[in-house]
Amino acid sequence: MKNTIGTSLKFERTIDSAFRRVCWTLALLTILLGGLIVFEIFYHATPAIKKYGFSFLTSSQWDPANEAYGVLPEIWGTFYSSVLALIVAGLLGVSVAIWLTQNFLPSRVEWFLKTVVELLAAIPSVVYGLWGFYYVIPMLRPFAGWLHEQFSWVPFFSTPFTGPGILPAALVLGIMILPTVASISRDALSAVPSRLKEAAMGLGATRWEVIWKVVLPTASRGIGAALVLGFGRAIGETMALAMLAGNSSRLTLSLLSPSNTLAARLANQFPEAGPSEASALMFAALVLMALSLSANVFGVVINLRARYKLARVGVAR
Amino acid sequence: MKIDPMRRLVLSLLVLSCAFVAGCAKNESGSPSSSSGSSAARTKLQGSGASFPAPLYLRWFKDYEKESSTVYVDYQAKGSGAGIQDLINETVDFAASDAAMTAEEIAKVKNGVVMLPMTAGKVVLAYNLPNGPAEVKLSREAYCKILMGEITKWNDPVIAACNSGATLPDVAITVVVRSDSSGTTHVFSTHLSAVNPQWKEKYGINKTINWPNVSHLVKAPKNDGVMALVKQTPGAIGYVEYGFALQTKQPVATLENQSGSYVKPTTQSGQASLASVTDVPEDLVVWIADPVGADCYPIVSYTWLLCYQKYSDPAKLKAVHNLVDYCVGEGQSISESIGYIPLPPSMIEKVRAATAKIQ
Amino acid sequence: MSMSPATQQEFDTQSLFYNRWKSRSLRNSLMNWVSGSIALIACLPLLSLLGMVIYRGSRALSWSSFVELPPAPMQEGGGFGNAMVGTITMVSIAALLAVPSGILTAIFLAFLGPDSKLAEAVRFVARVLSGLPSILAGVFAYAMVVLVMKSYSAFAGGVALAVLMLPIILLTAEQSMRMVQARLIEAAVGMGCTSAQVVRRVLLPTAFPGILTGVLLAVARAAGETAPLLFTALFSNYWLVQEGQLKLAEPTASLAVFIFNFSGSAFDNLVEMAWSGALILVLMILTLNLSAQLLAKKLQR
Repeated sequence: MKNTIGTSLKFERTIDSAFRRVCWTLALLTILLGGLIVFEIFYHATPAIKKYGFSFLTSSQWDPANEAYGVLPEIWGTFYSSVLALIVAGLLGVSVAIWLTQNFLPSRVEWFLKTVVELLAAIPSVVYGLWGFYYVIPMLRPFAGWLHEQFSWVPFFSTPFTGPGILPAALVLGIMILPTVASISRDALSAVPSRLKEAAMGLGATRWEVIWKVVLPTASRGIGAALVLGFGRAIGETMALAMLAGNSSRLTLSLLSPSNTLAARLANQFPEAGPSEASALMFAALVLMALSLSANVFGVVINLRARYKLARVGVAR
Repeated sequence: MKIDPMRRLVLSLLVLSCAFVAGCAKNESGSPSSSSGSSAARTKLQGSGASFPAPLYLRWFKDYEKESSTVYVDYQAKGSGAGIQDLINETVDFAASDAAMTAEEIAKVKNGVVMLPMTAGKVVLAYNLPNGPAEVKLSREAYCKILMGEITKWNDPVIAACNSGATLPDVAITVVVRSDSSGTTHVFSTHLSAVNPQWKEKYGINKTINWPNVSHLVKAPKNDGVMALVKQTPGAIGYVEYGFALQTKQPVATLENQSGSYVKPTTQSGQASLASVTDVPEDLVVWIADPVGADCYPIVSYTWLLCYQKYSDPAKLKAVHNLVDYCVGEGQSISESIGYIPLPPSMIEKVRAATAKIQ
Repeated sequence: MSMSPATQQEFDTQSLFYNRWKSRSLRNSLMNWVSGSIALIACLPLLSLLGMVIYRGSRALSWSSFVELPPAPMQEGGGFGNAMVGTITMVSIAALLAVPSGILTAIFLAFLGPDSKLAEAVRFVARVLSGLPSILAGVFAYAMVVLVMKSYSAFAGGVALAVLMLPIILLTAEQSMRMVQARLIEAAVGMGCTSAQVVRRVLLPTAFPGILTGVLLAVARAAGETAPLLFTALFSNYWLVQEGQLKLAEPTASLAVFIFNFSGSAFDNLVEMAWSGALILVLMILTLNLSAQLLAKKLQR
């Protein structure tokens, strides 16, 4: 500070209050941005909402020529592929999380495994699509063909394998959401108080008895949150699905059949849409937003409550 | 005073971005593609639309750019539907489509539209059949039923009937169609509607079709995407412009035409089909739904360049004129090598005459 | 484990020793193997993906890949120089929008009003936004920018990416500012510093590595995004700089969209080009990620 303390002080105060105001305004703007995103999409979807209403969700036509739009198959495809992906990611992700937290590995190997999973999250979706199209699909082909031949009476394998379809899409999607599931489950597992584990071990329980009966039940809410958040991520994934799902809107249980998702529909149709189709696509975007936001909010809430509960476990005993 | 890390970051970012912009500018002037020492500003024409003629157009526009040195053309092969949409929204200088615009669409364009046939192409059924015969012939019944999802195996009796002597493998068919709004689909469905009343009633003619709801039908964007998927999928069959199959060396089916003979897609069979239409209307919109003649390839269509009638920018107007001149002149000589059918001379004259409408 | 005191004399001490053939132990080692192999399987996709990207991507890679424009089908050579320039430009635009506002908001959350209602709400919105499907950011930018400017543009692409970057920057910056020791701040306040001075002299310098980590992660994420650019920036076959002018209001190429467009091609040279683009994109992103992680590691020490 210089010698003219009075003016300098005044100057600093002005700066300070301006600075505070800027920060406050920007914080407010962040909330407004959230609102604006919802509003913009809702606003542009209004014509379609008025015209099609609820039937948009239950009809399965997408016919720009006759202006008939419905996204039932896309909603189904989104759900189905996400649930299957979640099975893959849940199995792999929770196993990885257990191996990372329950003293299985020397610290270097642990670091390697952790880095591998984190790098999975960094790979762009479009590169997953490229890899899936040129490697996963050809790799699955003989296996899927055999499944269809042997088990065509099972509804999951009732159709011949077309290449792009639910199975490759869900597998790749599962790998893509694996890091989300793994890292949140890891946090949940490592938050289990070690006293609980030590007590069980002291009673003579084997490592897996401890994991099954103590660690997993205590961390179950956190793992649940990991699965819900992973599901939310899967719902919104776009590029890999646009490249691997086959873009064919079908209501089917068969894993080998092509399918479509809301996000993939948006990615494929938006650039060429006329006014009526654009509005219908905005409606589809709104549906997608509702699905993914509710999964996300639900997941965030479970996660917070899980932490709160664990904190109480720590205090009470 | 010590420079705090935040400031250092900002400074280094600034320096970096300056260096980056300078680098780009330098790169631009140094690149061999830009003509040396041209002082006049180059005119850019932005186009978008059909993927059907895209390989040819991209080649033409690159060659033209080299020759003219004052004009360059950015063509985005987004699909015919998207091109027409862009033309209506005035986000492009020209569009391209294999489905000529409807009167309704033309009415939406304030500056008016001139439709100019640039080349013609054959829509072929490209397939991927490991251990298949050297040539697969498809009767009208066979290919209509395949596209309607009624035939699911390559050794189906309907296909076997028109391939006597050849052994067809027991492989499931995967039908690959377009996921986007497409002029190629329009051309193809026009033909199918002319050939098969059942198709006409159920699916009709359009740029997007409500395809049969069967599990062995997959969609891919653009001619290129359909071709890639066919190439990648054993047992697949899909419709594309002949050039795509020619250049990626995928086999194409020999199709039965109206007079019952089986014809391969060649330049001759394509030209025969073009020649079967004699009276060309003034707007140069000609549909060849199902050409008559023993040596005609059945699915042939012109593809159109869509220009505005009025251009406010004189440089762009001149560029459009020159470009069209180049395409119907010198450009025609390379069409055949890329898999397209050169325009008949009579049509070229009509196109040149129609160009005068662009002002 | 039941042990009654009455039977203590006859207690078989052998049962206290580990016996690997007991069913409990067997079950334990079985689970070890099963879960271990599952964890191992989880590593395979990354190795396969990276292996393929490096193997196929390096085949067609050459100097011209970086300085030339995308080729036509079946044309020799060509590259994705314009796409790289486009990606860098759009990510820079996004960073210009998201970094300052993200950090200033984080200052509010961590320092100026950490317990206010507004801060709670901002945190909630940021957390929800961080799970926003990237394509919806594209839809938003399409509605806000493309429909208004009536043209696809680099600017619209930048806005879409900024929406995705903001929550990442905001949340990591807040976290790293909260890790600044309270006594440092209290000391500064005690000396009579205004909030702005505390932030400039204490909070930002101390939290700087953490903030930078967040920015790097956000940049890495934005560089790889494809969906939000598909119908905001579209693509272009030409350079962003034309006639010495930076054309930010025109369709712009990006590496991610380049990969998408070329990967679905039937022409081998274009597919090879897509793999090369994927290699470069993955290298760019992994470098950013690894440097962010190294920074974070340094920070922990």
